[in-house]
Amino acid sequence: MNNPQLNKHGELQHLLSTEGLPSRILYDILDRASAFVDGDGSREIKKVPLLHGKSVFNIFFENSTRTRTTFEIAAKRLSADVVNLNIGSSSTSKGETLLDTVDNLCAMHADMFIVRHAQSGAAHLIAKHVAPEIHVINAGDGRHAHPTQALLDMYTIRHYKKEFHNLRVAIVGDILHSRVARSQIHALTTLGVPEVRVIAPKTLLPSHVEQLGVRVFHDMAQGLRDVDVVLMLRLQNERMQGAALPSAQEYFKYYGLTQEKLALAKADAIVMHPGPMNRGIEIDSSVADGGQSVILPQVTFGIAVRMAVMSMLAGDK
Amino acid sequence: MKIQIKNGRLIDPKNRTDAVLDLFIADGKILATGKVPAGFVAEKMIDASGLFVIPGMIDLAARLREPGYEYRATLESEMSAAVAGGITSLACPPDTDPALDEPGLVEMLKHRARALSQANVYPVGALTYGLKGQELTEMAELADAGCVAFSQADAPLTDTRVLMRAMQYAATFDFGVWLRPQDSFLARDGVAHDGEVATRLGLPAIPVCAETIALATMLQLARKTGVRLHVCRISSAESVAMIREAKKEGLALTCDVSMNHIHLSEMDIGFFDSNCHLMPPLRNQRDRDALRNGLLEGVIDAMCSNHSPVDEDAKQLPFAEAEAGATGLELLLPLLLKWAQQGKSTLLDAIAKVTVNPARILNIDAGHLSPGVAADICIFDPERYWKVEAAALKSQGKNTPFIGMELQGKVRYTLVNGQIVYQTT
Repeated sequence: MNNPQLNKHGELQHLLSTEGLPSRILYDILDRASAFVDGDGSREIKKVPLLHGKSVFNIFFENSTRTRTTFEIAAKRLSADVVNLNIGSSSTSKGETLLDTVDNLCAMHADMFIVRHAQSGAAHLIAKHVAPEIHVINAGDGRHAHPTQALLDMYTIRHYKKEFHNLRVAIVGDILHSRVARSQIHALTTLGVPEVRVIAPKTLLPSHVEQLGVRVFHDMAQGLRDVDVVLMLRLQNERMQGAALPSAQEYFKYYGLTQEKLALAKADAIVMHPGPMNRGIEIDSSVADGGQSVILPQVTFGIAVRMAVMSMLAGDK
Repeated sequence: MKIQIKNGRLIDPKNRTDAVLDLFIADGKILATGKVPAGFVAEKMIDASGLFVIPGMIDLAARLREPGYEYRATLESEMSAAVAGGITSLACPPDTDPALDEPGLVEMLKHRARALSQANVYPVGALTYGLKGQELTEMAELADAGCVAFSQADAPLTDTRVLMRAMQYAATFDFGVWLRPQDSFLARDGVAHDGEVATRLGLPAIPVCAETIALATMLQLARKTGVRLHVCRISSAESVAMIREAKKEGLALTCDVSMNHIHLSEMDIGFFDSNCHLMPPLRNQRDRDALRNGLLEGVIDAMCSNHSPVDEDAKQLPFAEAEAGATGLELLLPLLLKWAQQGKSTLLDAIAKVTVNPARILNIDAGHLSPGVAADICIFDPERYWKVEAAALKSQGKNTPFIGMELQGKVRYTLVNGQIVYQTT
């Protein structure tokens, strides 16, 4: 089966998922991103003309402030023209299909689409549909993938840990419904992390998850032992209605990250979260704001990583 | 008209015939096979040299989409697809709009189908009003109007007391009850098998136990009520094992499988191919192998097309939003032959799965070539390869997981009641 993300020369045509991408492409993205970051990432990233004259359309069928904003900033730093469309769920009630919307935007000479959609596979559908000179970046589709989030997580891990091949990484929380977790798992295994763990109650794990190359833990104390990186996931409130969990309180007690539980990880372990955080549900404030948290640098690196992906896709090669 | 079909290889599972024999047709019925009957002068000669002559195929599940969904398909388009596929009789599920729950609707459908004089249509009536799973339909009236069995199609019947009553009532009149096992709570929002592929693609999943729990309920109620139960479109290895056991114990039970599930698995979904969004979902390769063996052993009695034409727009959506279903009438024969070849079934046994076996389930005198029976016949070229192309399909539904594939076995002539209703070179 052809990988729909690569062109016939094996170059990145779209970024839809971290699955099936060779490690050289992942490293290429991370290397490019580091060229956009000054020093420790504290200073502002300079504007470059790599996407000058290109039109980038942010089409968000599902609300998101953070992801859309970071894509917008990244595109502007690359000197692209950016159009934001918050389509929400109203488009279907107006009778326009997803591909009709895309066709209309193509007619406005879009060069790149950044797509977020509540359904798994939406970005693939668009990528298959558009003309070959148009690029698609998946900014989150259903439970399937959120590749730029995973890549910025990889960037952050590399920034603090330098190498991947000697790490133990734990992903904690709602793996079943998480596109972030799926993309993280594929990226971590591709980059050579020898041990990827997932920690969750059985109701929040998809079947056959071990076939993705992870070790499964239900006990957080065991799962966190001696890990180098803790990747927390957001818990949606609706999980309590769907009988996946009894209460937020019980979840926090057994799967929330506290200083006490974090102490089981390596002393220099870092804590990450894709945001927005539910303090007191999946993570304690003292951890989120503590010395091992790298949650805010993640956001900064996110801009650089998105610039790297966009320039790789649409910049002059 | 008197027709002689000459030099064809006649394969008639019911009569255990597999030989090169001539077939003689008069007054719409089969007159004889073998030697020319005394005084027979053919008005039309069909040269079937190198071709196979089989009873017209009988499809246990073909949605014609009328009434209510004419934008997806019409009786005209789907009946011509049926005969182009060598299908001369078909059972249509009651999930039309409105559902087939009133005798008038059934009479109308029968009348419209008869007027087209192509394949014979056998409506399956709704088991409950509006398929809502609450009140029983007037089954006896519906049977008088032409319904051959009663079903919920894909609509859930969660109230087990209603299900038991429906079975008891149907058993009173010896009506068959056809059900597809699926627990609606466990299957809620699901679009793919709960396995490796759904996990990888992040698709809401339907576990195998959604099927086996519903099947266990059905089997228990069938034991209690003595109803003639036909289990539709099973998808898992576990279900095959349960049906095998129930049959061994002597339960009056039959079972079918869709041709898609005989050939495909969850892996075929690839990168969200909505043509593989089917109900029940495609399961894993172990399930597919069990279904293939179940069909070979006879645990599964019949293979059907599960023809469900969907309009193009309804498939051009993200996987979960795309409508489930695929066109199938024109692919039943080549996909049966492909299974027979791969599964080492004799042609005689394979063809039984689409002729005499479904006829027995429908309780109709068809699916064989004995003298006196209506001359419903399919003549096909077993060697001919053809490519499945949307534009060439007669069905208004153009979506199938087999699009673009080369398949072997092409229908050359279809006869219904002794009339040539389809022919091609």
